[in-house]
Amino acid sequence: MTAVGADQRQQMAYVATQAADARLNVEVETEGMTLNIGPQHPATHGTLRLVARLDGEQVVEAEPIMGYMHRGYEKLAEVRTYPQVTTLINRIDWLGSFANEVPFILAAEKLMEVEAPPRAQWIRTALFELSRIANITLFLGDMAVQLGALTPVFMAFRDREFVLNQIEAVTGGRFHPNFDRIGGLKDDLPQGWINDTKQAMEKIRDFCDEFEELVLGNEIFEARSRGIGIVPPEVGLSYGLSGANIRASGVDWDLRRDGHEALAYDQVDWKVWTHPDGDSFARYWVRLQETREATHIVDQLLDGLPSGPIMAKVPRIIKVPAGEAYAATENPLGEMGYYIVSKGDLVPFRVKIRSASFSNISITPWLLKGVYVPDIITILASLYFILGDIDR
Amino acid sequence: MGLVASGKAPKPLTKLLNLGRKYSIWMYQWGLACCAIEMGAVIGSPRYDVMRLGVIPFPASPRQADLVVISGTVTDKMVPSILRLYQQMPDPKYVISMGSCANCGGPYWDSYSVTKGVDQIIPVDVYVPGCPPRPEALLEGIVLLQERIMNEDPAARWRGDPIVVD
Repeated sequence: MTAVGADQRQQMAYVATQAADARLNVEVETEGMTLNIGPQHPATHGTLRLVARLDGEQVVEAEPIMGYMHRGYEKLAEVRTYPQVTTLINRIDWLGSFANEVPFILAAEKLMEVEAPPRAQWIRTALFELSRIANITLFLGDMAVQLGALTPVFMAFRDREFVLNQIEAVTGGRFHPNFDRIGGLKDDLPQGWINDTKQAMEKIRDFCDEFEELVLGNEIFEARSRGIGIVPPEVGLSYGLSGANIRASGVDWDLRRDGHEALAYDQVDWKVWTHPDGDSFARYWVRLQETREATHIVDQLLDGLPSGPIMAKVPRIIKVPAGEAYAATENPLGEMGYYIVSKGDLVPFRVKIRSASFSNISITPWLLKGVYVPDIITILASLYFILGDIDR
Repeated sequence: MGLVASGKAPKPLTKLLNLGRKYSIWMYQWGLACCAIEMGAVIGSPRYDVMRLGVIPFPASPRQADLVVISGTVTDKMVPSILRLYQQMPDPKYVISMGSCANCGGPYWDSYSVTKGVDQIIPVDVYVPGCPPRPEALLEGIVLLQERIMNEDPAARWRGDPIVVD
């Protein structure tokens, strides 16, 4: 892993802007053209529409048009009881569904002043990391397929099944577990699950090693992603980027470590991965390392799983006392938080969802200015958003 | 009007044509939400592998497709695109509605922005239930569609008659 130095990067950026200026001003005078990508495009993880104004081969201006997947979660949550809301919010980020439930449940637990027993917290954290793996493995295959390599996506789907099987064995759902409850979990782990999961984690680690050689070691992949879509840390922070996108710009910030939610991350030994470059390659690299790190977290959690109950004492009919609470966790895509306002009813009065992809996509107009058309796909793929997470 | 379109084709020839159509379906994937990933598993995962059923994914354009799978939540903003997609497909064309959202609105049955069922705008041949359906369920939906293609009178698709399956 050779990192490009800061001064070298600055120089590269300077040369690139000079060259772009020369091309735009002197070389050719071309008529502007509008390129419409989407709303349905296999490369957009859903239904993002992008309208790009082009000058020759370069983007002058790009505007993402959202709302094709707007399902009105915040309004629907106002007419669902608290246990029903978790069914709904599973479907926000559909690749890592369990991770969506956790911050909502944590915020509701804050309001009710209950805390899940340690065993429930540990299992919760393990399932959280499993859903992260299920989410990011698909990204690892998908970004490669968008850069023209078809094989990695088949491998991603193949190895993702092992994780989905484990999630299904506990929760009964491949995609949408709806397993988290206020005060704990619905069920305990089934027999033999711990050993099976450790084997699955072995396979995921092999998968990561394979990808490190197959994709990151690939010359074409490197040529198409290195130096493309550089996000400087201060720009990223000002746009509200979070998760692997900001860690790939060298900002050492991870809510799993820096947050104060009732999860078992402080009980295990793990590391936050960052990369200094901030380009598309760095974002891919950070996510790959995070997947491997997540397998280690799961292994450690399962080794030290405490015994005890999995459910705290909660009334059968859940009425959340009046008040306001915010809880945020480090979801596969970045920071996801729920701000719940309760008036003491069966249903929340208002739920504000802070989803990671919405902020992550907001940088695209800035990032796509001046890039070449093929790089649009690289940048969009490496930013990694899920449309359900953007539009909600 | 050709022989088939006029409805005068002899029965053995019709059967032969149907057999050919059944095992060479070009499937256009209109992936919208969660179901798109399960559809991706059907297409991309070696465990499910839709091509063994004679279904070919990834046509370059809806103009080359026989079947479209609407998988996921159809919102009101998306409706014009789906309508245009359907109009661009050549006859005979088939539609599979995958998942509760595309069937009837699913968990968003009371949402203000979701179309409650894609069958409000385009005719649907097979509904696949589930939220999201397992990949096996979509495979079964495709097998059911193939049965339907095998038993239908190809001329009916051109004439616009309501389709009757024996």
